Amino acid sequence: MAEIQMDHIVKQYGDGFPAVNDVSLDIADGEFMILVGPSGCGKSTLLRMIVGLEDITSGDMVIGGKRVNDKAPRERNLSMVFQNYALYPHLTVFENIAFPLRLAKMDDAEVRRRVNEAADVLELHEHLERKPANLSGGQRQRVAMGRAIVRQAEAFLFDEPLSNLDAKLRGQMRTEISRLQRRLGITTVYVTHDQTEAMTLGDRVCVLRKGKIQQVASPRELYEQPVNLFVAGFIGSPPMNFLPASLEGDQLSTPFGPIQLDERRVAAVAGRDLLLVGIRPEYFEDASLVDEAKRPVGSVFRARVDVTEWLGDQQYAYIPYEAPEEITAQLRALSRELDSEELRTQAIVSIDSTSRIREGREAEFWLDSRKVHVFDPSTGENLTRDAEAGAALTRMATEDREEQLAESTGGPSGGIGTRDSGGTHAAGAA
Amino acid sequence: MSRREKTWWWIAGVLILLYCLFPIAWIISLSFKGAADIANQQFLPTEATTENYSTILTGSASDLFLPALRNSFGICLIATFISCILAMFAAYAIARLDFPGKKLILSAALAVAIFPVISIVTPLFNLWREIGLYDTWLGLIIPYLSLTLPISIWTMSAFFREIPWEMEQAAQVDGATTWQAFRKVIVPLAAPGVFTTAIIAFFIAWNDFAYGISLTSTSRARPVPAALGLFSGASQFVDPTGAIAAAAVVVTIPVVLLVLLFQRRIVAGLTNGAVKG
Repeated sequence: MAEIQMDHIVKQYGDGFPAVNDVSLDIADGEFMILVGPSGCGKSTLLRMIVGLEDITSGDMVIGGKRVNDKAPRERNLSMVFQNYALYPHLTVFENIAFPLRLAKMDDAEVRRRVNEAADVLELHEHLERKPANLSGGQRQRVAMGRAIVRQAEAFLFDEPLSNLDAKLRGQMRTEISRLQRRLGITTVYVTHDQTEAMTLGDRVCVLRKGKIQQVASPRELYEQPVNLFVAGFIGSPPMNFLPASLEGDQLSTPFGPIQLDERRVAAVAGRDLLLVGIRPEYFEDASLVDEAKRPVGSVFRARVDVTEWLGDQQYAYIPYEAPEEITAQLRALSRELDSEELRTQAIVSIDSTSRIREGREAEFWLDSRKVHVFDPSTGENLTRDAEAGAALTRMATEDREEQLAESTGGPSGGIGTRDSGGTHAAGAA
Repeated sequence: MSRREKTWWWIAGVLILLYCLFPIAWIISLSFKGAADIANQQFLPTEATTENYSTILTGSASDLFLPALRNSFGICLIATFISCILAMFAAYAIARLDFPGKKLILSAALAVAIFPVISIVTPLFNLWREIGLYDTWLGLIIPYLSLTLPISIWTMSAFFREIPWEMEQAAQVDGATTWQAFRKVIVPLAAPGVFTTAIIAFFIAWNDFAYGISLTSTSRARPVPAALGLFSGASQFVDPTGAIAAAAVVVTIPVVLLVLLFQRRIVAGLTNGAVKG
């Protein structure tokens, strides 16, 4: 268990293309850090540089206080779960899990004890003598995790470990990984492109774009106070809606009518002709279903609904709008970068599932203007970001984590293992 | 496939099989014919006899055949073994590493493989006599390596390329050195490929005639195919056809056994379950 510090890490390939560009990131001891971003953003490369499978072009990688740039993977004492599990097909599950211990020349009795402990944690007992070929996807995944937790590694590294599982199993394994990490209290770096995993697992999430860090913050801060257009568009599903806007007095004029801004935000956005206003789908509501008390904090507008999607617990409506050419082009570029293809400018709004708004008709919507963000269309910068409030959210997450760690390490049940006695002990006792 | 179509496939298959196996059946039949029976103008011997087998195994031809059999086995096994080991390292490097001259090695290997054997036999004959390799095991093992290595490198690098890179990286992260990762993970995974390559290499060496006849002169190193050509009949007017047929059958047996023995290993499928299913 150790902290991982990255100082101005650069990875350049032979053709000079920087896959990872000047990344500086500190991961605290016991922290669960998520690296997230669209494909090709350099997140996997960064992970592989931590574990030593990829050379570092420049910068310092420090694990547990020691610079490891020039160390081979086996000298770094990290354990990793690969996307395709990379189990050894010629070995039984037992020998797969025991592999790192055998390499460390551990004696037989100790190996058996540790593998059994890991198998207990992951419920793999009845499969120990089978070959990986005969296991299901979820079981293989657990074997790969067993191989990772069986030795006392400094940190766990996960490279999109759940992307090969079906949706239901993915949900189960996600909670399993979260529980395991909390129980063992081991520093974890987890690469994913799935934002559900990013939001639910991470203490902090690092959003990468083209090899550069955009924002490192708790999931809540990313959601509430994104630093730019990219982060705002990437985090959240369905994604944030971006509407063209211009400032008129203390109001933003948008295709969906005027939006009232408070003084702070007016000051922040003043002096620009064209703006982009970002509104999350859940800030909208069917106007007829809004509480009278809430009505004044937002604005009401009429629009024609293109399509509605009723999902039982919620309902989405798609509202097309007109936007100037430059905005349309930019939004299209952004959605391409986020691995999706937005064909038309339309807003996705979340409305109550009981709403009877019909497709193809005009309807009245209410818009909560308190939490809208305003972006500069040319730089993508979030002009109305409240850094103070964001930092407070991340601070809260950090406190939560420390509290949970303290509980799992010296908690009331006593025997849950101490952190310096190593992961497997903790795992076995729990 | 309809029933009709299936029947046709079956008939075609059987015909091809018969066509391929006919020479072998003929040789077997010949080997059981007595000296006077060879020209009996029918497929089967009038009276089956093991006379030819006793000739080559215990009789007059045995001091020509038995040492040749021993030589063939020894030389071919050693050549196969060395070529497999060398090819394993070369193929691993070619499949895994990026180094300058990789293409050159592969094309050179191919060039060697298609180089006509007969054109180097004469220079080799002279050279071997000069340096004392003529008529020795080593004198055949070296040219056999040149026959077997190219094909071994090519087949094995194809096998190595199919092993997922992550296997080895996982082993390294688990604490293995490059050598340990190679030995404990890559080699076991490549085993079917190694066996296949070994069998192919063995066949190539086993079947060689040009080197065998030119680079040897006594039973010290003469392999079977060369020895077969030197059989003589009871008198100089009698063809040793029966004895040669018997020897050919004996020589074919190890090859058939080898294939049957390793059939299961050749049929790959060992990597199933290594990665996502």
